[in-house]
Amino acid sequence: MSQPQATELLFELSRPGRRAHLVPACDVPDRPLSELLPAGALAEKPPPLPEVAEIDLIRHFVNLSTRNMAVDTNFYPLGSCTMKYNPKRHERIAALSGLADVHPLQADESCQGLLAILFELQTMLAEIAGLPAVSLQPAAGAQGELTSLLVAHAYFRHRGEHQRSRVLIPDSAHGTNPASAALAGFEAVSIKSNLRGLVDLDDLRAKLDERTAVFMITNPNTLGLFDDQIGTITELVHQHGGLVYLDGANMNAILGITRPGDFGADMMHYNVHKTFTGPHGAGGPGAGPIAVRDTLAPFLPTPIVARQGERYYLDFDQPLSIGRVRSFFGNVGILIRGWCYIRTLGADGLRRVSENAVLNANYLLARLKGAYEVPYGERCMHEFVASARVLRRERKVSAMDIAKRLLDFGFHAPTVYFPLVVPEALMIEPTETESKETLDAFADTLLRVRNEEAAVLQTAPHTLDISRPDEVKAAKEPILRWKP
Amino acid sequence: MSYIPNTPNDQQAMLATIGVRSLTELFDVIPPAIRLERPLALPPALTEIELTRLAQQLAGRNRSTADTVCFLGGGSYDHFVPAVVDAVAGRSEFYTAYTPYQAEASQGSLQAFFEFQTLIAQLTGMDVANASLYEGGSAVAEAVLMASGLEPRRHHVLLADSVHPDYRQTLATYTANLDLHVQTLPTPAGFLDPADLKHALRDDTLCVVVQHPNFFGCLEEVEALAAISHACGALFIVSYDPISLGLLKRPGDYGADIAVAEGQALGIPLTYGGPYLGLLACRGEFVRRMPGRLVGQTVDRNGRRCWVLTLQTREQHIRREKATSNICTNQGLMALRAAVYLAALGPQGLRETAEACARKAHYTADQLTRLPGVSLQFDRPFFKEFTVRLPVGALERGLLDRLRDDGFHAGLPLGRWYSWLADCMSLAVTEKRTRAEIDALASALGRALTAK
Amino acid sequence: MDPKSLRYASTHEWARLEGDICTIGITPFAVEQLTDVIYIELPDVGDHVFAGDSFGEIESVKAVSDLFSPVNGEVIEVNDKLVDDPSRITADPLGKGWLIKVKTEPGTTLDHLLTWEQYEKQIASQGH
Repeated sequence: MSQPQATELLFELSRPGRRAHLVPACDVPDRPLSELLPAGALAEKPPPLPEVAEIDLIRHFVNLSTRNMAVDTNFYPLGSCTMKYNPKRHERIAALSGLADVHPLQADESCQGLLAILFELQTMLAEIAGLPAVSLQPAAGAQGELTSLLVAHAYFRHRGEHQRSRVLIPDSAHGTNPASAALAGFEAVSIKSNLRGLVDLDDLRAKLDERTAVFMITNPNTLGLFDDQIGTITELVHQHGGLVYLDGANMNAILGITRPGDFGADMMHYNVHKTFTGPHGAGGPGAGPIAVRDTLAPFLPTPIVARQGERYYLDFDQPLSIGRVRSFFGNVGILIRGWCYIRTLGADGLRRVSENAVLNANYLLARLKGAYEVPYGERCMHEFVASARVLRRERKVSAMDIAKRLLDFGFHAPTVYFPLVVPEALMIEPTETESKETLDAFADTLLRVRNEEAAVLQTAPHTLDISRPDEVKAAKEPILRWKP
Repeated sequence: MSYIPNTPNDQQAMLATIGVRSLTELFDVIPPAIRLERPLALPPALTEIELTRLAQQLAGRNRSTADTVCFLGGGSYDHFVPAVVDAVAGRSEFYTAYTPYQAEASQGSLQAFFEFQTLIAQLTGMDVANASLYEGGSAVAEAVLMASGLEPRRHHVLLADSVHPDYRQTLATYTANLDLHVQTLPTPAGFLDPADLKHALRDDTLCVVVQHPNFFGCLEEVEALAAISHACGALFIVSYDPISLGLLKRPGDYGADIAVAEGQALGIPLTYGGPYLGLLACRGEFVRRMPGRLVGQTVDRNGRRCWVLTLQTREQHIRREKATSNICTNQGLMALRAAVYLAALGPQGLRETAEACARKAHYTADQLTRLPGVSLQFDRPFFKEFTVRLPVGALERGLLDRLRDDGFHAGLPLGRWYSWLADCMSLAVTEKRTRAEIDALASALGRALTAK
Repeated sequence: MDPKSLRYASTHEWARLEGDICTIGITPFAVEQLTDVIYIELPDVGDHVFAGDSFGEIESVKAVSDLFSPVNGEVIEVNDKLVDDPSRITADPLGKGWLIKVKTEPGTTLDHLLTWEQYEKQIASQGH
């Protein structure tokens, strides 16, 4: 039931003197603050935070939560984001005091259980990747990309190959790829897609040379296509002395079916919160472990969990390491959930995940392709990209209009306007955790919506708490905080 | 368990609609040469009961703060987490949503992040805050990169040695291949001497980075440091402790240009180092150079107030290699926890929490330094964390192991990062510690030091 | 401004040369493609621009485009009114919506740029 007062801000609800938390009376001798801290360092009064009672606080946030669509309430086919079901048992396990209340700088002897979990996760991720060395440190996929590129940079520097200054990236790639390349000190060079939506080999050949450090590939790519030229691609890159990086955003399609290491990738990242079900948290936290070949292992960030006999320890002893990309070990809470997931599914379960993710996507594709243009391919892997180009041309109905209208029927929208190589893109990823009935209901809705009056679509959504927000106003006159 | 609802019958019907005979046929596009022709070598699948039992066993092999009294700090603190934080963050409408690209279906998260941005701005006295970064270390690196975007002609970065060693290493890693020269300024007296900063500043100094209170727990002379930095045209970047702002002046009050922090103290469990929360706030005129997501207020077509992701052209999905940062997924759920925490405490609760930390830390320091051979390493004011010097060789001889047997995570030995502090450890004291625990630590330490 | 009196770059900038002063802007087609312009970043007076290189950026809500200089030279004037209110460019991109004025090197011509007719043909072929 929608609660109209929910949209008042905490600061507007604030009344002087209200509180939701008490601190115990101080049990140590009461000395004046001025004896403890220099007057010049002290603020006159505490920061102007809101003052609310506990009931106000809970009602506020619980009401806000009802103004979201989420996997637990709605089908959420957000392409590239792998919005699968988050098992509740993982939440309970990650909250166990013996895991959640462990300090990151405790001695290794006092956290052997946790180190055992992390060590096993390293081993399992290496096996799934087909790449032997794993760092669990990166906080998210984008940081995994950056870390890998820094590893590549250090590797080439170590070999004296200073001229390797370029990272080649397909034009269908996530924006994080070129952004990470630039941050790692490389020049990002774009590689065209061919008519099949795959890497244009001629363009790749033309741009590969002694300056090439890394070729980054997402496979399956952002169009949901497995690039069957991958053998040739990795061979070409290796012939030129470059490394192949796999953006693992789409690992959900190939678990136990093919391994990046086996198809020639030298390094990769995982998105644990996508493939192995971390809570997406309205934008994180993620975890972005990376796996690399033996030759790159000495350059990984430290520490890594190592084992000697029955004892686990943090190994900082890696003289060639790039250092670290964050404080402490990593996003352990998310890594624990990933460990839970892999331990629950096992080899057979993971393979079935990918089979069903691909089945569900192909089923939706089959049901929709007569009504919506799907520019690339009769088949797909775990996702596909439809286009509203014809609708746009003929009826001035955009991908955004379709997306917004879907919300009226209780479906979260697909990813829109990405990848950039498809005009009016609708990127649909159902995941394996959806039933045929849900997929049918979604397909029926997309088919129905397509024939609705343009005016209905252009002004959608009609049934949510708000209608379309004015994004131009938001960007032109940014209001980024409440002000007293 | 694999969470797949479709039955073999469903699958057959779906395959028929697709026009293929088997699941395997869907993967025909993958060349046979690269297919994995064996099962992955993974441990056998577990049921929920088995998984829970295994996880409990492994969790039982860790000495958590529930059974061991924690005086460890160093950037991660055993503060109390009010139940309301877990109650809100446990709403799966929040934790199973993703990045709020569709504003109409994400007003809950968007408003919560707008409130988070406001709370951090109010907390720090800065104009604007973003919707979060990963954690405190990469937040320092992002702040320096942001400064570089603001002042592309300056390349020299000054960094106090009293900044968290992990943060310094993260900055070094992030800037390894960029046109930035990071110079570390020694802090032998436990703080950055403003005179030393004055000598080190150059015409091309981009920014000065300090932590306040610093890694040793000591306060820095932030007002003087800010003024000296600004006189040279350098930006002043400070990494602060959010709890300390219940008592100490805010970064915005002493002239910080960019204020970053580890936000773990704001209602986030220790969890062996993550997921935590990177906070970044700055002057309003820098907003177009900020990394990460920003939520803005606007109106819908009916003029109703609402919230959207805004100024997205800064970000990687639009600006690609020219983006202000490569960050995409941030720490949304942790930002929500921090928002609930700050609202639950309010100004008075934050002040009382900070006061309790300060008083208990000083009491602990007093009790410990009464022991023979134990002294404060630095003659500097501190907030909730401080550094003590112990008798020579005591740490090497297993002092901390002995104290752990007595039930204490007693402190953080600093020799790993600072060879000149090989006989020192830092202790952090939060509002959770009681006088009884502190007294017990002091006696245990006394016993351990006299035992041979 | 008569569009036929200007010359055009394939990247949708226009240029007008009067003596050695070159005025540079972007075309109505480019403005329309961007829809709502929310931000324009321009160089400072005294900066040097180079033919084919970016001298600034123009942003809408969900896109950002580089602005490329058609000529070499030194910036002598910047349309500050546009920076203050970017939406002004929408009303009159070929006139009051000019971006920068550049003092060009001796002997500079605009012969390498497209004529109005050639430019029109180009945008027609982009399948607008």
